[in-house]
Amino acid sequence: MEAGDIRRALTRIAHEVLERNRGSADLVVLGIPTRGVTLARRLAARLREIEDAEIPVGSLDVTMHRDDLRRQPTRALAVTELPPGGVDDKVVVLVDDVLYSGRTIRAALDALSEFGRPRAVRLAVLVDRGHRDLPIRADHVGKNLPTAHTERVRVRLSETDGADSVVIENPVVETVAPQAAQAAQAAQAAPVQDRTEAGES
Amino acid sequence: MRHLLSAADLDRDTAVHVLDVAEQMAATQRREIKKLPTLRGRTVVNLFFEDSTRTRISFEAAAKRLSADVINFSAKGSSVSKGESLKDTALTLEAMGADAVVVRHSASGAPHRLAHAGWIRGAVVNAGDGTHEHPTQALLDAFTLRRHLVGADGASRGRDLAGKRVAIVGDVLHSRVARSNVLLLGRLGAEVTLVAPPTLLPVGVDGWPCTTSYDLDAVLAGRTSGPLDAVMMLRVQAERMNAAYFPSAREYSRRYGLDARRLALLPEHTIVMHPGPMNRGLEISAEAADSPRSTIVEQVSNGVAVRMAVLYLLLSGESVSGGNP
Repeated sequence: MEAGDIRRALTRIAHEVLERNRGSADLVVLGIPTRGVTLARRLAARLREIEDAEIPVGSLDVTMHRDDLRRQPTRALAVTELPPGGVDDKVVVLVDDVLYSGRTIRAALDALSEFGRPRAVRLAVLVDRGHRDLPIRADHVGKNLPTAHTERVRVRLSETDGADSVVIENPVVETVAPQAAQAAQAAQAAPVQDRTEAGES
Repeated sequence: MRHLLSAADLDRDTAVHVLDVAEQMAATQRREIKKLPTLRGRTVVNLFFEDSTRTRISFEAAAKRLSADVINFSAKGSSVSKGESLKDTALTLEAMGADAVVVRHSASGAPHRLAHAGWIRGAVVNAGDGTHEHPTQALLDAFTLRRHLVGADGASRGRDLAGKRVAIVGDVLHSRVARSNVLLLGRLGAEVTLVAPPTLLPVGVDGWPCTTSYDLDAVLAGRTSGPLDAVMMLRVQAERMNAAYFPSAREYSRRYGLDARRLALLPEHTIVMHPGPMNRGLEISAEAADSPRSTIVEQVSNGVAVRMAVLYLLLSGESVSGGNP
C-alpha cells in the first residue's frame, strides 16, 4: 500500500464508522500504541472533516494486559491517555495498524474494561493479515493482506517513519546456509528492526 | 536488570527508564480500577528481618496492584527467632517458588549474599540492608524530585535531574537512604550536598560524588553552592547509635533541625522531603513537616508506583525461574 491507498482506506473507514454509528454521537477513537495512535489521530481528523464535530481521541496502552509478557523481553510501557469524557456508555473505536493473532485486541478489551463500560466497542485496522489465534474480527478493515505465517507486515507512517507505506517482507529461508541467509537478509531493501518497533501485530 | 541491590547498579539511562515506567504506573493508580493483571501467577516474598512500615506495605501494595501473590515474612514470629540462618530461610523460600524476594536485613550486604550465593533463582530486591543501601527509596525520591522540579506526568519523560541542587541533612552515617540517594541523584545529574555534624558523616565521604558541609544555615540560604531545589531531612537513627554522636537532642535540633525559621531561608520553589519515619521536634519541626512544600506524604504514594515499576521490570520478560506455565 502506498500513501494514497492508506489515505483512501482511512477515508473509507471513517465513512463506514459514521454509517454504522449513524453519525458521530458518542464516538471515542482510541489508538493502540504506537502506530495505532497515529492512525487514530488521522481517523479522528477525517471524522471531524466529514461530520464537522469534535471527536474525542486518545491512546490505550495494552502492555500490562498482554498474555505473552513472560515469553518476550520486557516491553516498554506507552502512554494511556483517555479523553476527558471517559468511555462509559460511549461507542469506542479501537484502532491498530495490523490485525494478526488478535491477542493485542484481547488485551485492549481487558485494558478498556478497567476504564469503564463502553456501550459498544468496534475495531478498525489498516491491515488484516489473517492467522487469528482468537475469535476476534475487525469491523472496519483498510486492506485484507493474505500472508504466510513467516512473512512480516511492515507499516510505516509519515509521523513516525518519514513516509506512508505498507509492505510485506519476505522471511529469510532457514534451510539456506547461514552465509547465504545473511546475504539474503542484506539484500532485502528495508532494514529489519525489532518486531514491536516494526509495528507488526 | 536481574536484581536491584544497589543504586550504583543503575546507570543514567536505566534509572530514567525506571522513572518513566513509574510515571505510567502512577497513572494507572489514578484510575478507578487500580489493579492490573500484569504479574498474575508470580509470587513476591517480602522478607523483612528488620522493622518497617512504609517499605513493606508499599512493596505489598505494589505487588498486589500488579496481581502478584504476596507472602509476608517478618523475622519476629518466624523460625529466625529460633536461630534459623539466612541460607535455610532462603532455601525454604526457593522451595515454595518465590519469583522475587524483597529483603530488608540489619546486616549490610545480606541482599547481595542472597542474590549471588545460588540459594534462590528469583530476583532479589534490596529494601534496605544495614547502613549500606536502600535503592527503591532513592528511586522514589528521584521520582518525587523529578515530578516537582522537572515536570509531572508526560512532561518529564526521558529527562533526568541535571543541575538540580539537593541537600541531604542529618544522620548520614547510619543512613542507607543517604548513600543510595547520593549515588542515584549524582548519576541523574543532580548536585548533592550532605550536611551533618562531623561525627555523623561516614569515613571516606570525600570519595562520594557530592560535597559536604557542617553549616546548615549557610547551605539553606544558598551561600555554599547556590539556591537549593530540595532539602531532604534524615531520621536520627537512635537505635543504631552505640556512642554519643552529639551532646544532646536539643543541641542537635538547634543546629541541624529544620524549623520554621530555617524553612523561611529557602527559595519559594524548594521542596522538603523526609524518607520517614520522622522524629518530629528532633530533625524536623511540625511546621516544616506539615508545610505545603513538604512532599513527605506524596513520597509514600510515589513509593508504590516506583516499586510497581521495579517489580514489573524485574518480573516481566522472559522467565528466569523456570516456572513457565
